[in-house]
Amino acid sequence: MLSRDADAIYWMSRYLERTSNIARFLDVNWHLTLDVPEENGEQWRPLVVTTGDHEDFQARYPEQRPEDVLFFLIADSRNPNSILSGLQSARQNAFSVRNSIPTEMWEAVNVFYHYVKDTCARPETIIREPERFCAEVKWRNLMIGGIASDIMANDEAWRFFNLGRLLERADKTSRIVDVKYFLLLPSLDHVGMALDHVQWAALLKAVGGFQAYRHTFGRINPSKVVQFLILDHDFPRSILYCLTEAQQCLHDITGTRIGYFSNPAELQMGQICSGLSYHTIEEIFEQGLHEFTDDLQMRLNVLDRAIYETFFSRFPAIDQSQQQ
Amino acid sequence: MQAGLNFDGYEMGTFYDEMFEAPGVPRPGTKLLLDKLRSLPPNELLTRQAAAEKVFFDLGITFSVYGHEQGTEKIFPFDIVPRVIEAREWNILEQGLKQRIQALNLFLDDIYHDQKILQDKVVPRDIIETSAGYFPACQGLNPPLGVWCHITGTDLIRDENGEFHVLEDNLRSPSGVSYVLANRQVLKRTLPQVFSASNVRSVDTYPSQLLEMLHSIAPLRQNQPSVALLTPGVYNSAYFEHSFLSQQTGIELVEGADLVVHDGYVHMRTTKGLIKVDVIYRRIGEDFLDPQVFRPDSLLGVPGIMEVYRQGRVALANAPGTGVADDKAVYAYVPAIIKYYLDEDPIIPNVPTYICRDPKQMEHVLANLDSLVVKAANESGGYGMLIGPASTKAEQEDFAAKIRHDPRNYIAQPTISLSRCPVIVGDHFEGRHVDLRPYVLYGNDIQVIPGGLTRVALTKGSLVVNSSQGGGSKDTWVLGR
Repeated sequence: MLSRDADAIYWMSRYLERTSNIARFLDVNWHLTLDVPEENGEQWRPLVVTTGDHEDFQARYPEQRPEDVLFFLIADSRNPNSILSGLQSARQNAFSVRNSIPTEMWEAVNVFYHYVKDTCARPETIIREPERFCAEVKWRNLMIGGIASDIMANDEAWRFFNLGRLLERADKTSRIVDVKYFLLLPSLDHVGMALDHVQWAALLKAVGGFQAYRHTFGRINPSKVVQFLILDHDFPRSILYCLTEAQQCLHDITGTRIGYFSNPAELQMGQICSGLSYHTIEEIFEQGLHEFTDDLQMRLNVLDRAIYETFFSRFPAIDQSQQQ
Repeated sequence: MQAGLNFDGYEMGTFYDEMFEAPGVPRPGTKLLLDKLRSLPPNELLTRQAAAEKVFFDLGITFSVYGHEQGTEKIFPFDIVPRVIEAREWNILEQGLKQRIQALNLFLDDIYHDQKILQDKVVPRDIIETSAGYFPACQGLNPPLGVWCHITGTDLIRDENGEFHVLEDNLRSPSGVSYVLANRQVLKRTLPQVFSASNVRSVDTYPSQLLEMLHSIAPLRQNQPSVALLTPGVYNSAYFEHSFLSQQTGIELVEGADLVVHDGYVHMRTTKGLIKVDVIYRRIGEDFLDPQVFRPDSLLGVPGIMEVYRQGRVALANAPGTGVADDKAVYAYVPAIIKYYLDEDPIIPNVPTYICRDPKQMEHVLANLDSLVVKAANESGGYGMLIGPASTKAEQEDFAAKIRHDPRNYIAQPTISLSRCPVIVGDHFEGRHVDLRPYVLYGNDIQVIPGGLTRVALTKGSLVVNSSQGGGSKDTWVLGR
């Protein structure tokens, strides 16, 4: 397919996934504050850290009230990672590939965008009660995923759609794990306390994995939760699961067998996946959870650039052939 | 009929009405439609009108009112009550359009080769050579099958006596066909019972016919040529159409930067490297097509594409250079062109036209500016027009100066009272002027899509139906018998 179209589908899918992750996280946090009365918005600020926009937030919202966090992450058009901005970008990308995605998918994205845009025009209601809005964002994303899996031909467009979604998801899950470890847990004294349990459970709920965790491990145990989020083989939002699926997409696109590489994207992906696949959770703890996620984030960035160079950049192909 | 929308008090005025032949008396072809509409419960039509608008909005068949992302989005206005054309009327139009397109193609081929028609002084040479649509760079080109204009949208109007005239030819890259198809899809959802009873001829074959036509002009005439639609991009007002046609035909939608000339062929940049393109349906003006041949500042086109075309290694639809035949000053000569090449009289007449290039005719035009419609020869979209009866003295003087300054570039026509259709205005019907743009495809043979885009002037009394001037549209039903 056209490089430009592949690029647009990949990013459409990433932006959509991003909105879904923000909504999930906000929703869980909101419920958490209902259960556990907080002081000084302590539980809200970490959310901004997850998206990586802490500095922008601090600069523009000196008071950092919970409602500021909500507005910043949902309806702030100056925050490129807000749900509103994400939808705008997703829709713009979808618009430019309207011809290569199912009409149903374009319609779903378009109606979704209008819903978010109209709702964000009156942010008070969302901020007072984010639950309905977040639920809507999650459902609409699930629906778009359903359209992709049910009526899209399993062609390149579909693979780039999945690739974007899976990489974004892996990235966000790793940020969530990181934030929990460093910010939700200011002191090791908290470990094992009732509050701690509620928070780890909340984390699982944020990725929609609470029930799946219960079935697998039963009791909430911080290191098991981390293992579940990073290395689980069956849970579709664990980092390893997302990355191995993403690797499959990548190799389906090029036709190269897994275990080999024919371009920079496959090389990077292979290195990340094999590193992760053959590590135990104990080794990850030994390395340090934060160091681990930091390293992973850096590798994911390199991978993203490699994907761009391999598939989306429109110039190398001709420049190389002209040099021959 | 109870409260709600009805035709009580509908005023036909002095115009030809497409639905009624006399107050309250439907024309033969609209009787069934009207009975069905009248049998709907009160307010049902308004509900359905709103539902249809929502479908358009949800599908994003909209345009932004202020800028791209920030502003309010509006749908291209659409009226759910269709305009009906009877079978026998249509059959004549279809013959007339085929005749016209055939003659215009022979004319284009002649203009870019031997110019016999100019030597025989049937069309004045200077009109051609001064036409903004004439490109000397296209001289000697040999498009596949000898066809230059593969996709045409001809504007027809009906005068106060109900007679059809050709208002203008659009031979460059006419838009609007996507609205014909979208209107039809929406109308099938909106008024299914009415639709199924009326024996309406299908327009849904257009994408298949378009694809077949594009395949038919491929160099080497191979079976599975690679076809692309070249668009200026998402900010173009017709982008919806480009995207829609690409989706309906399965051809790639490309921008100039997606294409590159390499090893003597045109290629697309894909995730798997360069892939050869055989046929390009261009939706950008030829002057933007190739900066090496036409405008050097164009970023929309593909450097070197014209040389590939000249070598016959890629086909372009429409061929570059077709605009010379839809110059409004050339339009005046189309009846003579038909006679010259086909030795036939035109089946659909032109609107009588004064050519300001002719000093005598110019004097007449200048003396009658308050009753004529004046048009710039190389403008479209309703721009560069003076509608005499609706103009001020100052506007007339302004146009008189323009005409004197550049007589070649102006034509004038009597003001024709376009026919009207009832449209929903608030809670009642009012008559609005309409035109009709049928679409014609020309590859191995000439095909006319039954119907076309009925454009509606939404402003009361206005004769300007162009979408760029705030017009709307209606579904057009050509009856099967």
